[in-house]
Amino acid sequence: MAKFSRKGKGGLPAISTASLPDIVFMILMFFMVSTSMRQTDRMVKVTLPQASEIIKLERKDLASYIYVGTPLNQYQAKYGTDSRIQLNDSFRTIDEIRDFIAAERENLSESDRPFMTVSIKADEDTRMGIITDIKQELRRCSALKIMYGAR
Amino acid sequence: MASKKTPEINGSSMADISFMVLIFFLMVTTMDQEKGLSRRLPPMPAEDQKVEDQKVNRRNIIIVRINMNDRIFAGNEAIDISQLKDKIVEFLTNPTDDPNLPEKEVKDIEGFGQYPVSKGVISLQNDRGTTYSKYIEVQNELVRAVNEIRDEFAMQNFGKKYVKLSEEQQQICRDCIPQNISEAEPKDVTKK
Repeated sequence: MAKFSRKGKGGLPAISTASLPDIVFMILMFFMVSTSMRQTDRMVKVTLPQASEIIKLERKDLASYIYVGTPLNQYQAKYGTDSRIQLNDSFRTIDEIRDFIAAERENLSESDRPFMTVSIKADEDTRMGIITDIKQELRRCSALKIMYGAR
Repeated sequence: MASKKTPEINGSSMADISFMVLIFFLMVTTMDQEKGLSRRLPPMPAEDQKVEDQKVNRRNIIIVRINMNDRIFAGNEAIDISQLKDKIVEFLTNPTDDPNLPEKEVKDIEGFGQYPVSKGVISLQNDRGTTYSKYIEVQNELVRAVNEIRDEFAMQNFGKKYVKLSEEQQQICRDCIPQNISEAEPKDVTKK
């Protein structure tokens, strides 16, 4: 009995923080490994439309992105305020989608090519005309799996 | 003097430094998953191939149009977005075997048996002036209708919701209730 009563006197012992750096390092490593930096700077304003029946894109690495929207403020002087298509890091026209898709397809391994998905991320205020043109162009280069980005 | 060891570096600030790096990574990391509505486009017909109308029985097709003012027409009547889902559900299930609604074809579903599969096709048409948000909203409604039927089917046959079914059961559901949404060739739907 005496054994127990003696212990209570000294108050709570301070928790050793010596392992704190190790723990933090571990979390740090996790984030460093799992993080994927945004590869492209967005040059168009994109607010994705809302939808409730959305599904997740299964293979992110097989996706190529087409952004559609009005250019951001700093580009408006040069490119105007009309909806534009952004592929990789620059504004492109409809005709250049073909080369873009070909290049993206080239980057994938042979076995993955049929599963390539084109994710169209368009602003909710975009008119369908430009989207229809993109869709037609994608059909022409037989990139048939598409995904309408939504949130 | 030469034997004096180099003083140990104080490691207590290591935690602070790694915290700082950690916070940096926490901020730049993008955890957002890619989400959206997945679709498969029809292949482009070959140039020399004549565009011929596929003979689809009239009762098997419902045309959903969105005009340039974002007004929705299903069949030939204007309809509100809130009613669209129910209309599509009715169209696809055809509970009373109405001769004006799609016919059903009894198919052998692998692992399930025979089931009358609806032959209904939803054709979605839009104008160049339609806004993207409306288009997605309508697409979403169409998917919602199909998902609702699938859920009901799953509840009846497996006692669970569609998303909770196993992969094979989901496949059965998909076979029994196909999602036939056709995004039509572009054309001007707003008549002048």
